Amino acid sequence: MNSAPPAPPAPPRIGVVVFPGSNCDTDAGNAVEQTLGGEASYLWHADKDLENVDAVIVPGGFSYGDALRAGAIARFAPIMEPVARFTADGGLVLGICNGFQILCEAGLLPGALARNEGLRFVCRQVYLRVENTDTPFTSHYRPGQVLRIPTAHGEGRFTCDDAVYDRLIGENAVVFRYCDADGRSTPEANPNGSRDHIAGIVGGPQRNVLGMMPHPERAACAWLGSEDGVGLFESLGAALLDGKRAAFAAQRAAPAPV
Amino acid sequence: MAKVTVFVTLKPTLLDTQGRTVENAVHHLGYSDVTDVRIGKVIEMDVAADSAEAARSRAAALCDKLLANPVTESYRIEVDG
Repeated sequence: MNSAPPAPPAPPRIGVVVFPGSNCDTDAGNAVEQTLGGEASYLWHADKDLENVDAVIVPGGFSYGDALRAGAIARFAPIMEPVARFTADGGLVLGICNGFQILCEAGLLPGALARNEGLRFVCRQVYLRVENTDTPFTSHYRPGQVLRIPTAHGEGRFTCDDAVYDRLIGENAVVFRYCDADGRSTPEANPNGSRDHIAGIVGGPQRNVLGMMPHPERAACAWLGSEDGVGLFESLGAALLDGKRAAFAAQRAAPAPV
Repeated sequence: MAKVTVFVTLKPTLLDTQGRTVENAVHHLGYSDVTDVRIGKVIEMDVAADSAEAARSRAAALCDKLLANPVTESYRIEVDG
């Protein structure tokens, strides 16, 4: 007797990690549900289970009050063990703001985020240039597209040594750079003194990890002031559906078990 | 029990924005002979260890793991007792 046909792909389920002091977790979850038709599943920092989610968002905030350094304590939270394994297996992970800081502290992305050059907490809309559309997070943008997305951080100055910088450039791993409204990376358009205007990078074994300081989840619908972050979530949703469709097709094509 | 003090400082190659701001204030106060002001962290702890060397090595392991970010910071350890 033949087994039942495999079920068609379900909408993506995206895990949002919640640390004590996270404050953009609900925004990220709302963006997931409103822009890519997925389901947000909140993952508590003290748990050790990703609950079979299809992707993970490490959201912004001030995990553990930024004690010692932003992200330094959060990287040792129990939930980060399965996140690291998920990353190594090629799972899609998006770190926003404090999430980017945590992924760098955890060694899942290279570099570090130092205190802003101007010492101020920078909380305003900035412009970003999309440098790389060949990632699961940016496929719905045009190369060179200028996005208007808010930033809110005190420690966002992307810093790395020359060897890491050369590798990032060589591997085309810079995904977003700060720029002005016309897409030019002038000194004035760099809100925090980041090296080479870097606002977001991609890493991981299959370029499956994106870290960025600005907040696409706060630019996810018109009444928030910008919809320019929607493309990022749509790209993520499309990448997950593509993966699910491929798995579905492979499952159907496989000979039925005897 | 050893008293261990860890000094964490930004690497010299990294712009220390706090240090620069404080240095500006220092110069405004007339101390033009004071330069290269840099700000770091002091972390004090008690370490139960048989020797000063053992305490130092425990603290160094902790620095590498948690207390200092190797990308941006260096550290120095003093052991007393």
